[in-house]
Amino acid sequence: MDAAVNATSTSAPDVEALERELTARIDAAADEAALEAVRIDALGKQGLVSGLMRTLGQMSPDERQIMGPKLNRLRDLVAETIAVRKAGFAEAALEAKLRVDAIDVTLPAPRFYQGAIHPISRVLEEMALIFGEMGFTLEEGPDIETDFNNFTALNFPEGHPARDMHDTFFLGRNPANDPNTDDPASSMAANRERKLLRTHTSPVQVRTMLRQPPPIRMICQGRTYRKDSDATHTPMFHQTEGLVIDEKTSMADLKGVLMAFVKAYFEVDAVEVRFRPHYFPFTEPSAEMDVRCDRSGGQIKIGQGDDWLEILGCGMVHPNVIKKCGLDPEKYQGYAFGMGVDRLAGLKYGMPDLRDYFGADVRWLKHYGFSPYLLPGLAQGIAT
Amino acid sequence: MKFTLSWLKDHLKTDTTVDRLVDAMTMAGLEVEEVHDPAAKLAPFTAARIVSAAKHPNADKLQVCQVETKDGMKEIVCGAPNARAGLVTAYAAIGTTIPGSGITLEARPVRGVVSNGMLCSGAELEVDSDADGILELDPKLAVGASVAEALGLSDPVIDFEVTPNRSDWLGVVGVARDLAAAGLGRFIAKPAPTLKGVFASPVTIAIDDETACPIFAARMIRGLKNGPSPAWLQQRLRAIGLRPRNILVDITNFFSYDRARPLHVYDADKLEGTVRARLGRAGESFKALDGKTYDVTPAMCVIADDARVLGIGGIMGGEYSGASDATTNALIESAYFDALRTFRTGRATGINSDARYRNERGIDPDSCVPELDRATQMILDLCGGEVSEPMRVGRGPAPPAPVRFDPDRVRALAGMSVKPARIVQILKALGFETAPEGGAKRLIVTPPSWRRDVEGAADLVEEIARIEGYDKVPAADPPRAEGYRAAAASVGESRLRVARRALASLGYLEAVTWSFCERRHADLFGGGAEALVLANPISADLDCMRPSALPNLIRAAQKNADRGHGDARLFEAGPAYFGDGDADQARTIAVVWRPAPKRHWRTAPAPDLFDVKRDCLALLETLAVPVASLQHADPDQPWQHPARAGGLRLGPKIIARFGEVHPTTLKALDAEGPVLVFEILVDALPAPRAKPTRAKPPLEMSDFMPLTRDFAFVVDEKVAAGDVVRAAIGAERPLITDVALFDVYRGPGVPEGKKSLAIEVTLEPRERTLADADIDLVSKKIVAAVIKATGAVQRA
Repeated sequence: MDAAVNATSTSAPDVEALERELTARIDAAADEAALEAVRIDALGKQGLVSGLMRTLGQMSPDERQIMGPKLNRLRDLVAETIAVRKAGFAEAALEAKLRVDAIDVTLPAPRFYQGAIHPISRVLEEMALIFGEMGFTLEEGPDIETDFNNFTALNFPEGHPARDMHDTFFLGRNPANDPNTDDPASSMAANRERKLLRTHTSPVQVRTMLRQPPPIRMICQGRTYRKDSDATHTPMFHQTEGLVIDEKTSMADLKGVLMAFVKAYFEVDAVEVRFRPHYFPFTEPSAEMDVRCDRSGGQIKIGQGDDWLEILGCGMVHPNVIKKCGLDPEKYQGYAFGMGVDRLAGLKYGMPDLRDYFGADVRWLKHYGFSPYLLPGLAQGIAT
Repeated sequence: MKFTLSWLKDHLKTDTTVDRLVDAMTMAGLEVEEVHDPAAKLAPFTAARIVSAAKHPNADKLQVCQVETKDGMKEIVCGAPNARAGLVTAYAAIGTTIPGSGITLEARPVRGVVSNGMLCSGAELEVDSDADGILELDPKLAVGASVAEALGLSDPVIDFEVTPNRSDWLGVVGVARDLAAAGLGRFIAKPAPTLKGVFASPVTIAIDDETACPIFAARMIRGLKNGPSPAWLQQRLRAIGLRPRNILVDITNFFSYDRARPLHVYDADKLEGTVRARLGRAGESFKALDGKTYDVTPAMCVIADDARVLGIGGIMGGEYSGASDATTNALIESAYFDALRTFRTGRATGINSDARYRNERGIDPDSCVPELDRATQMILDLCGGEVSEPMRVGRGPAPPAPVRFDPDRVRALAGMSVKPARIVQILKALGFETAPEGGAKRLIVTPPSWRRDVEGAADLVEEIARIEGYDKVPAADPPRAEGYRAAAASVGESRLRVARRALASLGYLEAVTWSFCERRHADLFGGGAEALVLANPISADLDCMRPSALPNLIRAAQKNADRGHGDARLFEAGPAYFGDGDADQARTIAVVWRPAPKRHWRTAPAPDLFDVKRDCLALLETLAVPVASLQHADPDQPWQHPARAGGLRLGPKIIARFGEVHPTTLKALDAEGPVLVFEILVDALPAPRAKPTRAKPPLEMSDFMPLTRDFAFVVDEKVAAGDVVRAAIGAERPLITDVALFDVYRGPGVPEGKKSLAIEVTLEPRERTLADADIDLVSKKIVAAVIKATGAVQRA
């Protein structure tokens, strides 16, 4: 201050010294009030800087030329430094105030329920997608079927042991429908009209052939039922079946489609498959398809090892079936295939016991279920 | 069907290994289920001769034997009383694991004398139960010879699945024929003997019903001597799991497996009058060989003499007339029974016999007489006696019809190329006769009598393809779908897929539960109709098709809670059944939340019906249902809580139900409440409108600020809040875009029996800013509409 005072009386006030002094006082101000005191001392009407500014008028033009800009700069600098310091005080005050309302962010948030899609739904979609890419449409039919659609149209002879392979659930407590009835003739007549739970999804093939003219290229999927319950059988299970009917499709086409399916489904490029002769009433020739697998180490690995695993049945549609479905077997031919979805789902995704699929145990559903956001797609891998 | 390798070699000249055999069978359609090689575990055991046996110096019951073994002379300590010089027995070297005990031998002292191996009993080798002494083998056996072979146990047993179309595979001969065709060896044909009868049988035979029994043939043998079968026959039967009984019975069993020819032997001295195949009569019964008594019905074919029912034809004979060791005069029956009747009778009686298994699959009718003679010859060879003149009644079925066959069908159907000469070769090897049809390349193919499954060209293609090998069928490139494809799934199915994703992202776990439930539970949910009850359920609690997935899900939620996992949020997107017609199966989405919230530091309101109502509406909106047009409906189902549940309808049609489940229903389901549910009837949702373009309608955005106005109404307690909201929102469309009900008040200032409802109405002007006069006008309309709809009084 002394320097500044001196400056008025002497010819050149020491602006630099004044700047140092004021800056120091601003820095030293402990709070907003102290800061305001500095401001008044420096920039107030009676302030040091203001006082010096007033002396400019008495200076010689040469002096004014030098001191004018200096003092203007000092005035601006002091004002800005005070403003910055003031904003710092405000910020600190807010920060301190916010901390008073502190919340422990490690406290648990409200629960979010993570849902999941059942593996069966997932795998049905995967299969539909793979066959869809190969031009198959998805057809539908009811679970409660007629004996005709489930057996007769599919060339199951009446009373043939082949029907015994399908332990059928029958509906209705009509005594004429008693499967153990003594009179073969009357029970057969009753059987024809009788309602049952489809033992395979093949009745949908029958319905499709009865409804639309060839070419037919379809799959069907859904619930199927057999009276069977043990570690590898459940009374309800799922199938995916396919049917192609035209004038020239052969077993070679069947082989190509099924090999493509296996690769896409198991996401193994070089999976070795084998077709073995088998018997189904509705196909001729009939085959079962095995894939290479490795059973060592308890879990089945597809596409490696030296063992075989049967995964589906297939064959060329029996001429009797084509005929029963209203088409000319001399003109039309084609193939059909069918696979158990539950077991294929287990093979791919590692569900060990079929019986757990339908138990609705939330632990199982969470563990084996699928996120709704990860959709199957052929481009980025069917299982992502 | 089981057989052994040596048995197969009776009919197939082959030097095949078991591995090659299994492979050839599998690739020809005879799916091998198991190969059991009894020799495998006996492989380390060889014959050894005891040269000397001396008393153990330190133990009374032990001997120290000097034994000549494949490894040279060995000193072995043995506790068997029959160990003696000169005995040839089974030797196990140090390091061998003994099957009976699982112990691996070590050279260690037994009471001070080191035993350098072990001499084994039958029990220790698990070949019989004899543990009292070591095996006594043929003294002529060479030291080092295989014990398994010496015991006749070196014959691998093959078990394979016989498909229902191939009854001929139920005989080893049939297996041999197919394997010969498949190139595994040469089929050994053995013509049946010609037997000359020396007397006319005093027992005569007859058929009363030729549809039930088309052929009945028999021979009588007198003066025979029954008894235990020779070792080879006993061994054969034992190897495939049959218990030898006596020669007569064993021979019938042998022919059942050797030639798929069931036979039956009667003790002729027990027969009275004519033995006839006829239908059963009400009131008849008989005691079968399994010791059980069966009632006979007119649907069954029985064999009976003048006095009694002797057995059920083709299924099982009776105890009374069965052959025993004492039988000296026997009648051998070889018949052809109707397969379907046999099948039904078998199912009705529950008898599972080798005869039924074969007869119901349809055996070769032409084998009745030759195999009868072959069996008779074997009886004469083993039991002596003399044979009657042949007896045969019935005509039997017509032979299989010839098939016209174009060899090009092989390529057309199987997609493989097989030369015509090879086609003929395969068919002939399988027993088919072929003849060219009129010089063309077409063939006339006549199936053999045992291949009645072959009816047409497709069957022949299968024969050729399977013998040639399915691996020779090339794989064609799979097709790619061309161009534009419509959605692969139907609207309903697509909706279920969308619903699964939506519900899973709302936090629900998808379950798949049985399509059936317990009938009394079905009753609770409006089902249980007679037509939907299963005639033969897997268990009593799964005896009816479900009218809804809700009962299964509610029970599942409770089960989870019982296991300590409460708060289950489950859904199922699947079928419900309202009748047995095609249109009676409905797609439904059922959601169950059984809340058991954990305590939380930030207390939240307990989940209630509005939580599921929110999710229900969210899902409906996702499924493109016009949610704004939905109307509430009262609960219409007995399972719904009468005062805390409701329905949602579009027009008159209920499309969803939500809320709490009736406590009575929960009690019947053994579940604790409250349980919050909703159910969407997917098939009742409006069909999406077909649109000419995928483009969405243009978006209209107003440039003017929306504004809100509050209103309060006093209404009767019974007035539904939803009606107030509906009336308000409908007062001036499209200006009013939203009505939010933000307060329900009962108490001072509101009369008893009334409540006050406060709403916030949002107005969204589109063309200009609303003037006060405009707003007043709209307000008046809103108040008027609410008053008209609900009888409300506006609250000041």
